[in-house]
Amino acid sequence: MTDRLDQIFVLGKQWLLGQLQGWGLLPADFVPLVSALFSIIFIVVVFAGLFAITTVIERKGLGRIQNRLGPNRVGLPPPFPQLRLAGFGQFIADGIKALIKEDIVPRAADRVVHFLAPVALVVPVLLAYSVLPFGRNMTPIELEAGLLFFFAVGAATELSLFMAGWSSRNKYSLLGAMRAVAQMISYEIPLVLSSLTVVMMVGSLSLPQIVAAQDHYTGTLAHWHIFKPWGFAGCILFLIAALAESNRSPFDLPEAESEIIAGYFVEYSGFKFALFFLGEYLGLFAVSGLGVTLFLGGWTAPFSWLTWIPSWLWFFFKLCALIAVFIWIRGTVPRLRADQLMGLAWKFMLPMALWNIVVAAAWHFTHQAGWHLIVRWLFCAALLVGPYLIFGRAFEAKVGKRTYRYAP
Amino acid sequence: MTIGFLVLATLTVAGALGAMFFRNLVHCALCLVPTFAGLAALFLQLNAEFVGFVQILVYVGAVAILIVFAILLTRGSEPPASAAVRHSAWWGLWVAVVAFVIMAGTILSSLIMSVAELAKPVPTIRRIGDQLMQDYVLPLEVIGLLLTAALIGAVVIAMQEEPKKNGS
Repeated sequence: MTDRLDQIFVLGKQWLLGQLQGWGLLPADFVPLVSALFSIIFIVVVFAGLFAITTVIERKGLGRIQNRLGPNRVGLPPPFPQLRLAGFGQFIADGIKALIKEDIVPRAADRVVHFLAPVALVVPVLLAYSVLPFGRNMTPIELEAGLLFFFAVGAATELSLFMAGWSSRNKYSLLGAMRAVAQMISYEIPLVLSSLTVVMMVGSLSLPQIVAAQDHYTGTLAHWHIFKPWGFAGCILFLIAALAESNRSPFDLPEAESEIIAGYFVEYSGFKFALFFLGEYLGLFAVSGLGVTLFLGGWTAPFSWLTWIPSWLWFFFKLCALIAVFIWIRGTVPRLRADQLMGLAWKFMLPMALWNIVVAAAWHFTHQAGWHLIVRWLFCAALLVGPYLIFGRAFEAKVGKRTYRYAP
Repeated sequence: MTIGFLVLATLTVAGALGAMFFRNLVHCALCLVPTFAGLAALFLQLNAEFVGFVQILVYVGAVAILIVFAILLTRGSEPPASAAVRHSAWWGLWVAVVAFVIMAGTILSSLIMSVAELAKPVPTIRRIGDQLMQDYVLPLEVIGLLLTAALIGAVVIAMQEEPKKNGS
């Protein structure tokens, strides 16, 4: 029973393909194509729906953190406007607004590039979803180099930021685009290096195999990578780099309203702005999904007595937990300045990520040398804490007592 | 000559032609992106997964942005006043024909054309990793040194001069 619930989407897709073939609508040559099409439809519907709900939850969450209520009036469209639904109809209103707004393109702007920039953002981000394992046997495309594909496609999104900023023929746009591209390039290195430790320990670039390597239980606790010292440090580095890659607070200097008036997409209105917004959030979900896969065990349950819950539901819970953490961080931490942001990437996260690789190697070799688990854990944690303190303090260029300056 | 190859080859060549003939330099740089993507897709068609994805990661993700930044930070971002094709197009055509004849001759007479279709090696990335760490470890280290030298050179060039303390 739980097995069927676990595989319900796989079985459903196979049933549907079987029905289509039975009715003669589907020649045998087209079956992989239509199967991929069903996966694509599923991904787009689920994640666009998640995007819609997340915008409302984020605004309500931020509101509560800031001691106010978020959107709480918009419920269903007419003929049911009195059903407020606690404000969860806000995304319907926002969607309709984005669709019917006038699409303004500046007269001096480069029309073709201006048009292609949102497309160039959304298409690679949607491609990135195709290698994430959403559940047991539920990876849309099983690639041997799945992780590499994900990073390659994520790198392709940087070009769209530049296209947006440059084609608007606006100084602030270009400045925001330059900052955003510099930020994304800088944070890609810690992102890739922190996931390199996982690849090193698992021995494969294939995401379903990385999840399968975490699918073992000692006692009741699962072998998630986050429970190991290198995995814990790697996860934190990965999540910080993921926040910076999606240009999300506290790294949203290139697009913050009080800084540069929305930066590279200031000249976009209506549906193109909605596409940028969608692309950004979808990118956030994709990289959170990757974080869940690499460090939080993908679709595995944390305790062996919880494996009756379907695997796709676990993935979804973990994804939602990460999104909640990101919303929480957005509401809590102040924005970083441009030089602090770049300094964090190059002077702190890059050395920590490199050192994390060394610690992962230490974990592996102490395992081979036969040390006890607790001793290995404490040893590797101690190896991590020292450089963390050194890099964390030293990148202020002064290793010493902190001085505080107060207004007179 | 499958339909897939024809489509990808057309895309690649069209991108390259666009990169040559557009007036605005940033348009030329952006036209190189379909060229790189087409090359990556051709690699993938040849079952070279690793190289194909690394092509996208490095070329589209980094080199294209590098080219664009280089164009922006120098003076080439305004459209040029005159046409792109000068009277020396004939010399360019000759050089292109000679280069094409040499490359086509080399490829057609090489070993690849005479060997029958190779079987796909199964775990390709593991084989690449093994080869890099065993047979080709010395070139790998030399490339690492080269990249480090380039990185240090870039930092030195971009570093601001220290202001002189005591005049002059």
